[in-house]
Amino acid sequence: MSTRTVGSSVQRREDPRLVRGDGRYLDDLGHDALAAAFVRSPHGHAKVVDIDTSGAIDVDGVVAVWTWEDLEGTGSAAEPLPMLLPHPSIEHPVTGYALAKDRVHHVGQPIVMVVAQDRYLAEDAAQRVRVSYEPLPAVVGVEAARAAERLVHEEAPGNVGAYFEQHLGDAAGQIDAAPHVLELDLDIERSACMPMEGKGILARWDAEEGRLKVHASTQTSTGLRAALAAKLGLPLSAVEVIAPDVGGGFGVKINHPWPEDVAVAAAAMRMQAKIKWVEDRREHFISSAHERQQLQHVRVGFDDDGQILGMQAQVWHDHGAYLPYGVIVPLNTATHIPGPYRMRHFSVTFTSLYTNTVIVTPYRGAGRPQAAYLMERTMDAIARHLDKDRTKVRSVNFVQPEQMPWDLGMVLQDGRMGIYDSGDFPASLEKLKELVGWEDFEDYREQARAEGRRVGIGMACYVEGTGAGPYEGGHIEVETNGRVNVSTGLTTQGQGHATVFAQIVADELGVKVEDVHVTTGDTRRMAYSVGTWGSRGAVMSGNALLLTARKVKEQALRIAADALEANPDDLEIVDGIVRVKGAPKSQIPLPMVAVLANPLRYAFDETARAATQFGGKSDESKPPIGDAEHPGLEGSDFFSPVRTTFANGMHAAVVETDPDTADITVLRYCVVHDCGPMLNPMIVEGQVHGGVAQGIGGALYERLAYDADGQLLNASFMDFLMPFATEVPHIETDHLETPSPLNPLGIKGAGEAGTIPTSAAIASAVEDAEGFPIRRMPISPPELWELRKQHASDTTDPS
Amino acid sequence: MSSTPDAQQPEPKSVRGTIVTTVPRASFDPAGGAAQPEELLDVYLRVNGAEQHIRVPGRRLLSDALRHDLGLTGTHVGCEHGVCGACTVLLDGQPARACLMFAATAQGHQITTVEGLSTPDGELGPVQQAFVECHGLQCGFCTPGFLTTITAYLDENPDPTPEEAREAIGGNLCRCTGYQNIVKAVCRAAELRRGEQAPPDGTQTPAAPTERQEQR
Repeated sequence: MSTRTVGSSVQRREDPRLVRGDGRYLDDLGHDALAAAFVRSPHGHAKVVDIDTSGAIDVDGVVAVWTWEDLEGTGSAAEPLPMLLPHPSIEHPVTGYALAKDRVHHVGQPIVMVVAQDRYLAEDAAQRVRVSYEPLPAVVGVEAARAAERLVHEEAPGNVGAYFEQHLGDAAGQIDAAPHVLELDLDIERSACMPMEGKGILARWDAEEGRLKVHASTQTSTGLRAALAAKLGLPLSAVEVIAPDVGGGFGVKINHPWPEDVAVAAAAMRMQAKIKWVEDRREHFISSAHERQQLQHVRVGFDDDGQILGMQAQVWHDHGAYLPYGVIVPLNTATHIPGPYRMRHFSVTFTSLYTNTVIVTPYRGAGRPQAAYLMERTMDAIARHLDKDRTKVRSVNFVQPEQMPWDLGMVLQDGRMGIYDSGDFPASLEKLKELVGWEDFEDYREQARAEGRRVGIGMACYVEGTGAGPYEGGHIEVETNGRVNVSTGLTTQGQGHATVFAQIVADELGVKVEDVHVTTGDTRRMAYSVGTWGSRGAVMSGNALLLTARKVKEQALRIAADALEANPDDLEIVDGIVRVKGAPKSQIPLPMVAVLANPLRYAFDETARAATQFGGKSDESKPPIGDAEHPGLEGSDFFSPVRTTFANGMHAAVVETDPDTADITVLRYCVVHDCGPMLNPMIVEGQVHGGVAQGIGGALYERLAYDADGQLLNASFMDFLMPFATEVPHIETDHLETPSPLNPLGIKGAGEAGTIPTSAAIASAVEDAEGFPIRRMPISPPELWELRKQHASDTTDPS
Repeated sequence: MSSTPDAQQPEPKSVRGTIVTTVPRASFDPAGGAAQPEELLDVYLRVNGAEQHIRVPGRRLLSDALRHDLGLTGTHVGCEHGVCGACTVLLDGQPARACLMFAATAQGHQITTVEGLSTPDGELGPVQQAFVECHGLQCGFCTPGFLTTITAYLDENPDPTPEEAREAIGGNLCRCTGYQNIVKAVCRAAELRRGEQAPPDGTQTPAAPTERQEQR
């Protein structure tokens, strides 16, 4: 056998190119393209009364100025954008237009597109467009949306987009009969993905072939392809979408088509031109997508040990001005609340509300951070109420390893039942307590107190449905020079797919990782794919490529067996050479097998010439390509799991809160994580680190601040505080590897592990440091300072 | 058979939107003109040791000039307001935000971009090599700005502690890595610059320098 690489920290194959500055991100392409810029709404809610484009048209270098009317006649480009994910809970779906028709519903909504010879001129011209508005009152925040004194959309009474409930057992009855009952009101605020590269699209119409070729900074090139074909009235075969190097996504680039995608592609097609739009940072703040904002109410009944007997959760979710991506986020919240705990009497409702703010679509965690926040704040409240150790209260509620698979009893966002397939929560908790030194913390607290310092420890658990279906595919082709071309349809935004997928294929096929070349996100290479989200890349495409490699290997062994006059079962492939087990002298190199797989008679290279030694052995009674055969050493396969696999993890945070300034510092952050066997531990750790940094941002720094008129007050990196290196602690990690029975690699997703319980863990630690409840996140020093003042009258000083 | 959509018929002039021309230009000319044609400046830049001449308007940003006029797309633009550091280049060896400078302002200075950090024979420079070894990048978009910043920093402080390394990268945003492996890469780059050997092969990760833990 060749040396296995799966399971080891192989350095990334994509890195040498990227560190040289040779990456090919969207704006590195199409230097000769025309540039688009957009006139965007300055109002949170307004009627568009008139648009005067005459000033813009006069600008030398301007090629086109488009309003909504100019979209008419191109497929259905003038119709509202699609609601991608219908769900029975959605009562009033409203989506926007590519260019606003007669009303704008959030600041930043595109109204006019200017196309010019360069971006500078396009922006000059955009500034000369005069739009007259009749401003309308805006609805901002969950409370205003819930009160429904004003409506975002007349067609959505009560501002309700969707209402959903799921019930397990008899929550209300169990709570009423419980020895202890608590009620909590919780609040969690808006943040955003904020990838370092914004969105963007480069669309070119090839008039000679009648085809549209698109490069887009997207998390789903197949989805965007289908959406553009539908919107522009083109056959699917006339549209190609390629995701080049993508500078981060974290969820925001999964929504599609964006208004700008449709407008730019329609203009490229109509003008038979090459047009590029690259989102600038301010545009990204006011016209991409945000996530997280919810109000939550919990009612929980429990016994003297802290065992939960019944729980009711109500969630009010702010989904912004439109609902293009359905209710994935609140659905994930609803179905992930039980976490690692046995919950047989549980009910949850959510109301998903329109507001005059930027749309809300999944951001790393996608509703699960809010679920962990709700559940884990509740656990801490129970522990506090009973004066018990927070880890003990959790322990008595854990689903035990022998109870796996554990039927959650709830339907997940993919429409399938949630069943926990693997995990050992008690073992994870032991690892976490060991890692953070849970039992010794009181000594440390005393020591800190003696130095005049105030510290606290907190923890949070989560369970995460990962690797959701329906499918991903793989294609593998072995060239006659030994190069192995691998493609899968989902996209890459930094996950190291070019390395990890190469590891999987190299191991299975018996070749070197260096010989395997992976392409992702190119619809020309793999037309069927879902996309990269929900910690599904490795689970879905990894397994698809494993199955594909098995298929190709089987074909290689069959062909080699003919050539070597051996039985396929007696063959192995080691370092790219097919040989008879135990008689390695009897061998044929894999490239030569590739030649034999394609019985052309052209000796176009050395391998093909050399392959003639194996000629003449073919059976004259059979055609050169048999019934079940195809030319070429290649194959495709798809992986489609019966249901979602569940990863899990637990985090602990140690914080210090300044007694005078209320400044909050994360001193230590510990993660115990279970994604099953790790394909490349270095990459898994990297995912965890990055996730934690985003989680800490969401817990302490990042808040999108809207005023009552729907103006985003902090739409820049100066004002929206993202963590720099100085805000992120060294992250300590440990892993449990309980394999999933649901896929051949036994793996579970890892992409969101770092982010999901972070706000909950930090809230827990701040609460522990301060001695009063924390019910609203993120928390800033001024807010903590105010809370201290409020509690000073009725709380003894915890230090 | 190529399909020709109906929509390609010449466009009637609509009430509010007008297509001025439907002829795409074959070549890109940044001097395409504005409402009042902009004055173009002859700007001479010395980038990665090579003399470059461009004719650009006075308002052309250095980041755009490097990327779009000179084709050096390694320098990335993340915010265009000087916070994120993705566009950091070295100006006479010192880190500078290329998105906050006009190309014309950079005349007379030595500019180093990420493309200039490799050795003349194309080998990765020590900071680049350290990033590969330590998994110091994921999506790679912020990476060029980190590489230039760290290159300048190690000239000043060739043997940083992990705490110093963390402080040194504190002016650049990364959304992927959580910074931990970048800190590790700074320390590893310092080792490589001192001529210490690379780890044996790609299946090994270099040992992590331990960062200060709370004394407990």
